[in-house]
Amino acid sequence: MTVLLEARSISKYFGGVQALKDVSLTINEGEIYGLIGPNGAGKTTFFNVLTGLYQRDGGDIAFADKPLRLSSPHEVANVGIARTFQNIRLFANMTARENVMVGRHLRTRAGVFGAVFRDRRTRAEEAALRRRADELLHYVGIEHRADDIARHLSYGDQRRLEIARALATDPKLLALDEPAAGMNATETEALKTLIEGLRADGLTVLLIEHDVRLVMGLCDRVAVLDYGEKIAEDVPAHVQSNPKVIEAYLGGTA
Amino acid sequence: MDIFLQQLINGLTLGSIYALVALGYTMVYGILGLINFAHGEVVMIGALSSLTIIRPLADSGLPGPVVVLIGLFFAVLVCMALGFTVERVAYRPLRNAPRLAPLITAIGVSIVLQQLAMLIWGRSYHSVPALLPSGTHEVLGATFTEVQVIIVVVAAVTMMGLVLLVNRTRLGRAMRATAENPAIAGLMGVDANRIISLTFVIGSALAALAGVLVSANYGIAHYNMGFILGLKAFTAAVLGGIGNLAGAMVGGVLLGVIEALGAGYIGDLTGGVLGSHYQDVFAFFVLIGVLIFRPSGLMGEKVSERA
Repeated sequence: MTVLLEARSISKYFGGVQALKDVSLTINEGEIYGLIGPNGAGKTTFFNVLTGLYQRDGGDIAFADKPLRLSSPHEVANVGIARTFQNIRLFANMTARENVMVGRHLRTRAGVFGAVFRDRRTRAEEAALRRRADELLHYVGIEHRADDIARHLSYGDQRRLEIARALATDPKLLALDEPAAGMNATETEALKTLIEGLRADGLTVLLIEHDVRLVMGLCDRVAVLDYGEKIAEDVPAHVQSNPKVIEAYLGGTA
Repeated sequence: MDIFLQQLINGLTLGSIYALVALGYTMVYGILGLINFAHGEVVMIGALSSLTIIRPLADSGLPGPVVVLIGLFFAVLVCMALGFTVERVAYRPLRNAPRLAPLITAIGVSIVLQQLAMLIWGRSYHSVPALLPSGTHEVLGATFTEVQVIIVVVAAVTMMGLVLLVNRTRLGRAMRATAENPAIAGLMGVDANRIISLTFVIGSALAALAGVLVSANYGIAHYNMGFILGLKAFTAAVLGGIGNLAGAMVGGVLLGVIEALGAGYIGDLTGGVLGSHYQDVFAFFVLIGVLIFRPSGLMGEKVSERA
């Protein structure tokens, strides 16, 4: 198997608190990789470091065999990492279609010149962009809401829209931060189908999730963070029976 | 009645210039949350730099409108470069500073630009050669000049273009996305710094146009002309709801009309005690009124959501 992402000894401090302590993990291509852990274990911090929202204080990340510099978010998007957020962060006042079209920004070219003069190439690009956005909305199952303002969408649909927007950047790795949070059982089941479909279409998925059943049923491998440290990394069945993991979730064995 | 119509026409002319300038304030505010108090000076530099080109060409035999167009083109280039530089030098280093710091810096930039203009163009009032068609027409007892028509039409077309740019193009989408959330827009591959630079450049181009139009309307340009004009345009942006493009346009036109009507009637209303030179007072009454009764402006987001 080819390694897609390799993180070595990632550290992150917030003042005196060390949120991540030498976290190393490797994600293989085509894998669904789960990242779990109790609240405050550092899962989202890891995501933020990975996607360039936070600067890391130590360690290296290699993505597709190339080192990922301490870089700005738009460069991270450029190499092929896309993400969604635990607390949904759409462009709330733009339509669903426009949200996806912004996601496509990186893969389109039209500049100021095209915007002002509307030459043929710009118009063709714009039309292709619309088609692609509609395809992605269809893919996640909300094509009928394309013209609605994002904040008017239902919670589940907003999550789907976030995934469509992330997919629009043509990522190799899609990082989902608690995509099932606040979903009911039916919605979670539909989400599971969607994520399996993504993998079948060749995407690698990194999943942070609280819903242990979803993680265990979906992931090929799971890493467990506790107090900023990785305490386990294995196939779901082994992780579940790992005494350290049980202790982290259920408290000390005193 | 004729004075009403007359002042309405004057107000519309003035208002479309306010609207052009107000757009610059509102675009920058929408994206950075910064009130760029130096924006009025960009208008002034637009007016004076166009004059530098127009003056020597005025007697060259070229048709008047062509000369004005050349002057406008030069002014737009100068102001675009100016807007770009000001953002880079003065505002970008303060991007993450407390909000008061860039605000004070903006006032500083305004003073620097004014003094710079005074050194370049001197302290005297410059008369602007009348090169645009200057015929007058009469409608229902009110007269309007062809220059006024040109101002209103050019401003309207430009603003329509801007609305299309923002709502219909890739660049506009990136601008709106950056305004809503720069970090997330960054994750989508939008380079926020580039978008912010472009916002300043576009706003400054509009300011240059406004500078050329306003000096053509009054036939005069001066290193100090940007200050009051900038404050009024800022008032217009606040009136419409700062951060909102449509609001800036409506606010600009409305403020121009309020001012003109106020100036037209103040003499009669006060029995001649106060004259039309109190015109400027109205804009600031409007500003105070808006801040008290509807702080987020006519088209501001927050009020409409609460209502």
